[in-house]
Amino acid sequence: MEAIGTVLLAMLAGSLRVSTPFLFVSLGECLTEKSGRINLGNEGVLVLGAMVAYATSYETGSPWAGVAAAAVSGLLLGGIHGAICSLARVNDVAMGIAIMLAGTGIAFFFGKPYVQPSATLLSGIPFGFWSDNAQVRNALSVCPLFLLGIAAAVALHWCFNATRVGLRVRIVGDSQDAALALGLPIDRTRFLATACGSALAGIGGAFLSLYYPGSWNEGLSSGQGLMAVALVVFSRWNPINCIYASLLFGAAGALGPSLQTVGITWGYYLFYAAPYIFTLVVLIITARGGKSLRGMPGQLSIGR
Amino acid sequence: MKPPNPTSLSRRRLLRGTAGAAGLAAIGLTSEQARAAKDLTVGFIYVGPKDDYGYNQAHAEAAAMVKKMPGIKVVEEEKVPETDDVSKTMESMIKLDGATLLFPTSFGYFDPYVLKMATKYKDIQFRHCGGLWTNKDPMNAGSYFGYIGMCQYLNGIAAAHATKTKKLGFIAAKPIPQVLINVNSFALGARSVDPTITTSVIFTGEWSMPVKEAEATNSLIGQGIDVVTCHVDGPKVIMETAERRGIYTCGYHADQSKLAPKGYLTGAEWNWITVYKQFIADAQGGKPIPNFTRGGLAEGFVKMSPFGPALSEAGRKNVTAVKAEIMKGGYSVFKGPLKDNKGNVVVPAGKAYPETAIELESCNYLVDGVVGSTS
Repeated sequence: MEAIGTVLLAMLAGSLRVSTPFLFVSLGECLTEKSGRINLGNEGVLVLGAMVAYATSYETGSPWAGVAAAAVSGLLLGGIHGAICSLARVNDVAMGIAIMLAGTGIAFFFGKPYVQPSATLLSGIPFGFWSDNAQVRNALSVCPLFLLGIAAAVALHWCFNATRVGLRVRIVGDSQDAALALGLPIDRTRFLATACGSALAGIGGAFLSLYYPGSWNEGLSSGQGLMAVALVVFSRWNPINCIYASLLFGAAGALGPSLQTVGITWGYYLFYAAPYIFTLVVLIITARGGKSLRGMPGQLSIGR
Repeated sequence: MKPPNPTSLSRRRLLRGTAGAAGLAAIGLTSEQARAAKDLTVGFIYVGPKDDYGYNQAHAEAAAMVKKMPGIKVVEEEKVPETDDVSKTMESMIKLDGATLLFPTSFGYFDPYVLKMATKYKDIQFRHCGGLWTNKDPMNAGSYFGYIGMCQYLNGIAAAHATKTKKLGFIAAKPIPQVLINVNSFALGARSVDPTITTSVIFTGEWSMPVKEAEATNSLIGQGIDVVTCHVDGPKVIMETAERRGIYTCGYHADQSKLAPKGYLTGAEWNWITVYKQFIADAQGGKPIPNFTRGGLAEGFVKMSPFGPALSEAGRKNVTAVKAEIMKGGYSVFKGPLKDNKGNVVVPAGKAYPETAIELESCNYLVDGVVGSTS
């Protein structure tokens, strides 16, 4: 019984700890895809954001300056992607892969001197102050960036559904013909959506290097930026669902290590695959009856 | 911060692969070869970044010492994958830099890449870290490795003196013999001090997965573990996470005391400079370089980190005393009767396996007192 409690607590702690980068990248990707463009480059933005945040925090001593710098670096890299994809006959998937490689390359090149030093990190907000249990206190120590991510998701959801700007992004993403008829600036909208989406992904990178695991090295991301692209499909292009999907991924990721500590030691490779198996199952269940493309922006190149 | 590292790496990268550069290289080669007659050019190839606080840093630190030796030129390349890329790197070191002694340091480089290159370039000496060479392989190739399990045994003794909860943690990458020997040695070291101590092992499945390693550290701490050590390529994240949560750490691969100034007890480190000095002296003196080299604490292939402030006086004395015993040679950590954690006898009574024992090469069990499983 105690073991189950431990595992559940570890999964709660894991979902709060690990989910934030997934959340930010999937929100950014959601915004970009809503405008009708795919940005696979967010993996590169994540790594670049992590490096820039760590370096800035180290040089200035202020982790929040690091977060801001990471967002700016994401804005710039996403801006390049957005600008180039605005040109005629540029494939956004291929371009995204180029941006991904460029982003990680730039991050590794300029990040070399920052692997060894220790930067000032973000501190968590102790929501577990009421408990005497050190495990609970630690689990409930929440990074301010996580709360910022939740706020961003709610804001994005509201923006898509209730504001003129959000509606325009959705029109551009759903039907190019309708957007043309309405006289909306298609290229400019997509450019801005891509740049802002990557800025969010950059903040996700800042979380990796400045909070958890909280150091800069070259293996830091291990593909989380790419997984977030899948999470957007999983959450059906809905920012609120992005929160649930990210939390679920975080919790499922914590399952493997915590089961091993309570003595369930067989099949850890299987438990490590849990998040992916779960995604598959959910996709299969929700895709019944030919509804697989529900919620998908009509102008996405993978859907055309 | 550290200034950017001025190695010949970028130059070689630029030269390589461009057609025009071939001509340039040919011009460069003549002067290079003239110099190579007197001097020795040594190439080091790393699989990861050379400042990873881990496996690659241990080699790079030794390479930096080699660089200071007279008459030696060192060329390095880091982050070379265990693919055909390493063949290209070796070839460019041989042809463009005039290297005559190569150290490809990662396990996966050996078969087929090092073997192929050794067959192709018979005058070049290849020494690979990992200990796979057999006498069927080319004579200009070879292997070296160190018995670091003894250092993990000493880590275990130090950990046993520091723990209050009697629970230790070990974060391991994959259940292969080298890793399992380390886990078992650590657990046996701790139990030599207090037989009630348990060691929980978590396998992450990959050599480098920072988020999963941090997650593993946190779940171990959640279980009341208060000393953690590891066998992954870059222990940085584990050491930092443990320090932040206020528990003790034992290092692995390189000295990580800077990452955990409060909780670092001691650590198991490689000391590759011993091997490299010996090989280079042989090469310079025109003597054959050994094909198969292995050594432990006594031979100076591995060493312990200096004690951290958290280790008690009794702990220091105990570690120092056992280390002195090991230095005499022939010390066995795996002594019968020894059971694995499923109750099977793995070392029969009356038998003892020293670090050189062939039986340990196929170690596929976790000893009694380890919580965990290999599959």
